[in-house]
Amino acid sequence: MGIDFKQLYKTFSLQELRKGLGVTGRKLFNKKVTIMYPEEKTPKSPRFRGLHALRRYANGEERCIACKLCEAVCPALAITIDSEEREDGQRRTTRYDIDLFKCIYCGFCEEACPVDSIVLTDIHEFHMETNGERLIDKQGLLEIGDKYEQQIADARHQDAPYR
Amino acid sequence: MIKDLVFFLTGWLPEGIQITVWVMIKIVAILVPLMICVAYFTFAERKLIGYMQLRVGPNRVGPKGWLQPIADAAKLLVKEIIIPSRSNKFLFLIAPILSLAPALAAWAVMPFSDKLVLADIDASLLYVLALTSMGVYGVIVAGWASNSKYAFLGAMRSAAQIIAYEIAMGFALVGVLMVAGSLNLREIVLGQSGLGIASWYMWPLFPLFMVYFISGVAETNRAPFDVAEGESEIVAGFHVEYSGMAFAVFFLAEYANMILIAALTVVMFLGGWLPPVEVAPFTWIPGVMWFGLKTSLVAFFFLWFRATFPRYRYDQIMRLGWKILIPVTLVWIFVVGIGKFYTPFAGFFS
Repeated sequence: MGIDFKQLYKTFSLQELRKGLGVTGRKLFNKKVTIMYPEEKTPKSPRFRGLHALRRYANGEERCIACKLCEAVCPALAITIDSEEREDGQRRTTRYDIDLFKCIYCGFCEEACPVDSIVLTDIHEFHMETNGERLIDKQGLLEIGDKYEQQIADARHQDAPYR
Repeated sequence: MIKDLVFFLTGWLPEGIQITVWVMIKIVAILVPLMICVAYFTFAERKLIGYMQLRVGPNRVGPKGWLQPIADAAKLLVKEIIIPSRSNKFLFLIAPILSLAPALAAWAVMPFSDKLVLADIDASLLYVLALTSMGVYGVIVAGWASNSKYAFLGAMRSAAQIIAYEIAMGFALVGVLMVAGSLNLREIVLGQSGLGIASWYMWPLFPLFMVYFISGVAETNRAPFDVAEGESEIVAGFHVEYSGMAFAVFFLAEYANMILIAALTVVMFLGGWLPPVEVAPFTWIPGVMWFGLKTSLVAFFFLWFRATFPRYRYDQIMRLGWKILIPVTLVWIFVVGIGKFYTPFAGFFS
């Protein structure tokens, strides 16, 4: 028994509450860490997995050979591929659709691809305005690939030593 | 001057109506700045808590975010008020008004300066005490009328909490009453004049000052005593079912109450409109400015508390109210009484 005077003093002097107020009071004047998003952006890793693209070789020939490994490995079943024999006897895709709503951006398709055709770019600022836009077809994917080829190649080059 | 103008322009009306018009103008002159203060108090809160958490707070609407409260108000105004089908519609809609009206009505007796007071009634302290405890009926009625278990739990918590803290608050005011010897808020402030900051009632009544402010935080259901809302356990407490303007009115009431408690603390313990040092450069600043400045300072503490303290557990709130704050106030009332009449320190306690 007996009264713990030390504890009593601590309680009635509101010592710990004042300490807490001190912490927030000091933080009030600290430098703020907010990044003003649309104007400022955080750096992105070359491994960032964003919007998909289909690449071409330097001579303009599309890389994809319709092996369908990406379709097989896709855990979300987001890829649909149809293929046929082209006039010159090569196997090529006639349809390459990616459902962006199903895709979980795991990057397995990129890992599975033997010819580095399907890749995930570091574009993450994209949106759709109508329902149908969630499906990107082969044409769309190739366009993205053509447009950002330099960026894609640079990112692959930077990451090459670690693959 | 303005008074003469109003009476001149309304000269064709009977005298009774003239006076009513004049009073209405005064009410508007108090309420409009008050509402603007409430709107920007919400902005200040978001900015301040943001800064304390190393964020920058809202800064997108208008320059530096200064139009944020207006955007918020416009959004809430155009939203639908959803009335739950099993609720008591009359009480459901009257509840927000019940919580806002007392918070605004209490400003009628607030002495902004020696001359600026709408109704200089004798028992204004009693009036204020009565009205600040009325506010809880809004919360209780809202919780009951919603016919939702979370709202009801929130209302019950709020009721129990208010009963506990109302007593401590009342006792704290008894101390003020004993020292000031008056129930009139204007005279309470005048009793604190003389030596500047040294003659404010916060010194002889320091424990009561603390208790009053803590009870005030509890009374307005603010963090760390905001169990009536308790987002984490009872969703939003008494106002889960409210939306649109009905919700906004609760919001207004909460912030108006905070400013009211801050202003009352200033009037009763921090010398109201009196300057902290009664010498030349300080006395040039008009009393209203001092009043506003002190009120802002006290109101700042509400936000600071919210940014700092985690919510009390419910039983801890009850323990603090009944077993600590009420005994402290009772003891200090005796100290004041004995000090004032049976010791040579009577000057300190008056």
